[in-house]
Amino acid sequence: MQLIELRNVNKRYPNGVTALADIDLEISKGEFVFIIGASGSGKSTLIKLLYRQEKPTYGEVFVGGINVAKLRNGKVYKLRRKLGIVFQDYKLLPKLTVYENVAFALEMYGLKGDEIRKRTIRALEQVGLKDKLRSFPDELAGGEQQRVSIARAIVNNPKVLICDEPTGNLDPDTSMEVMKVIEDINKNLGTTIIMATHDKDIVNRMKKRVIVIDKGLVKKDIQKGRYRNESV
Amino acid sequence: MKAFRIFGKNISESFKGVFRNFSLSLASISCITITLVLVGFSIILSYNVNNFTTEIEKDLTIVVFLDRKIETEEINVLQTRIKTMDNVSNVIYNSKEEVKKEMQKESEVFDSIMSQYTEETNPLQDSFLVKVDDINGIGDVADEIKKLDKVDLVKYGEGSVEELVKIFDIVKKITYIAVAALVLVTVFLVSNTIKITIQSRRREIEIRRLVGASNSFIRRPFFFEGIILGFLGALIPVAACWYGYVYIFNRLHGQLFTAIIPLVKPSNIMHIVVISLLGIGIVVGAFGSYRAVRKYLKI
Ligand SMILES: Nc1ncnc2c1ncn2[C@@H]1O[C@H](COP(=O)(O)OP(=O)(O)OP(=O)(O)O)[C@@H](O)[C@H]1O
Ligand SMILES: [Mg+2]
Repeated sequence: MQLIELRNVNKRYPNGVTALADIDLEISKGEFVFIIGASGSGKSTLIKLLYRQEKPTYGEVFVGGINVAKLRNGKVYKLRRKLGIVFQDYKLLPKLTVYENVAFALEMYGLKGDEIRKRTIRALEQVGLKDKLRSFPDELAGGEQQRVSIARAIVNNPKVLICDEPTGNLDPDTSMEVMKVIEDINKNLGTTIIMATHDKDIVNRMKKRVIVIDKGLVKKDIQKGRYRNESV
Repeated sequence: MKAFRIFGKNISESFKGVFRNFSLSLASISCITITLVLVGFSIILSYNVNNFTTEIEKDLTIVVFLDRKIETEEINVLQTRIKTMDNVSNVIYNSKEEVKKEMQKESEVFDSIMSQYTEETNPLQDSFLVKVDDINGIGDVADEIKKLDKVDLVKYGEGSVEELVKIFDIVKKITYIAVAALVLVTVFLVSNTIKITIQSRRREIEIRRLVGASNSFIRRPFFFEGIILGFLGALIPVAACWYGYVYIFNRLHGQLFTAIIPLVKPSNIMHIVVISLLGIGIVVGAFGSYRAVRKYLKI
């Protein structure tokens, strides 16, 4: 079985909108996958199924051997511990420092203080923010804030890093910086990356696998793909 | 060790919660304090009331004077009759001769007076001493005995004592009701405080869920927060009851108004008061936060 498998997945929201129809997908360990498509095509919905923010209406979702659709609410944390999740709006806590924001994701493991310190520093090193430990989020530029949230996502050594438009709020140069960080994580740590994006430049420059979603269906699945005219 | 560190993390979160919305926490704590002061007062009161009613119960008897012309068989019938009445625990017969002898034994004056009378001229009356189970019903029993044939006179206790017992009983009931109402208000207030904490931490909770915190890890701090509020709310009442009662006890030399109403020694009830107040505070706090967590922290 692959690291991530979706079989015949359909998602219809309670309001009647069918966001995903009949999705079949396989993603193996260590891959770097872009998910692209027009606004409203279902990218975020697909990603939400992976971390069990939403349940499929029918079909099966497997992540790291966990049957996500069948996972009871009380066990969702077991799935989340295998994942790192990055959002467009960073979701940092404004009253905590950079260091504390990252260490926050280790709180529930009951680790020793020096173990927490070691891992937190290592994650911040990975995203190039070792010299900003004591800054607060609002003292950082957008790209830096996003790197903090990436550090928080990887501090627990997840198998998969899931990103929903991580560069959506960033200018092109900063976006490329952040992409460099994500690519390094993929290369150095072997973490599987799944990233939904609108950004043509990024997709074209990275030359990774591209899955094109259109009206809830997988329209194309291209290795070393480019973002042509098919959507957006 | 791991579990211990996780627990420590939860507790420190709880304290942060208490102090983050301190004015609200203070409202809850004050409400718990008022409730528990009343609870403490009612515990001390009921111990004292129970104590002296049992004291009185030991002594309080109905004295039934019988007709002078009563026959011996009639006395036996009457005695069994009274014995089978509701609330009657014991009936003792005192013949006038016995009473006379008793009196004569008591003092020389009595002895010389009483010895002038023969069995025929004895001015005393045969009597029953009737004891009851429930002192509150003593009046009813006396009334019923009065209605019986060959009963001359029925007397019992001092009316004032009985009144006092009744008043204490009413005070006790009113405090119970007040305490029950206050407990409800307190649960609501604690629950509201925890709700505000939960709401002010929406973002933290959301991120915790995303990074893989279990439900119990997320919920526990809020639950403990309620317990901390309950505990803090119990401290002042514990001190107030302890020092207050010891002070009153010493001030009144261990009795209320007269020696008939002895107060319970502080050392006999203080451990119960302290444990009850801390226990109730913690349970009320825990219940309030449990309610809020159930309602506002849906998983
Ligand atoms: N919670 C929800 N309830 C109801 N409908 C929803 C919900 N979330 C998304 N939808 C609908 O499902 C469809 C797919 O939405 P989704 O957010 O997955 O698109 P997207 O590809 O991520 O779009 P964007 O590029 O704008 O982020 C849209 O029509 C949207 O309106
Ligand atoms: Mg989206």
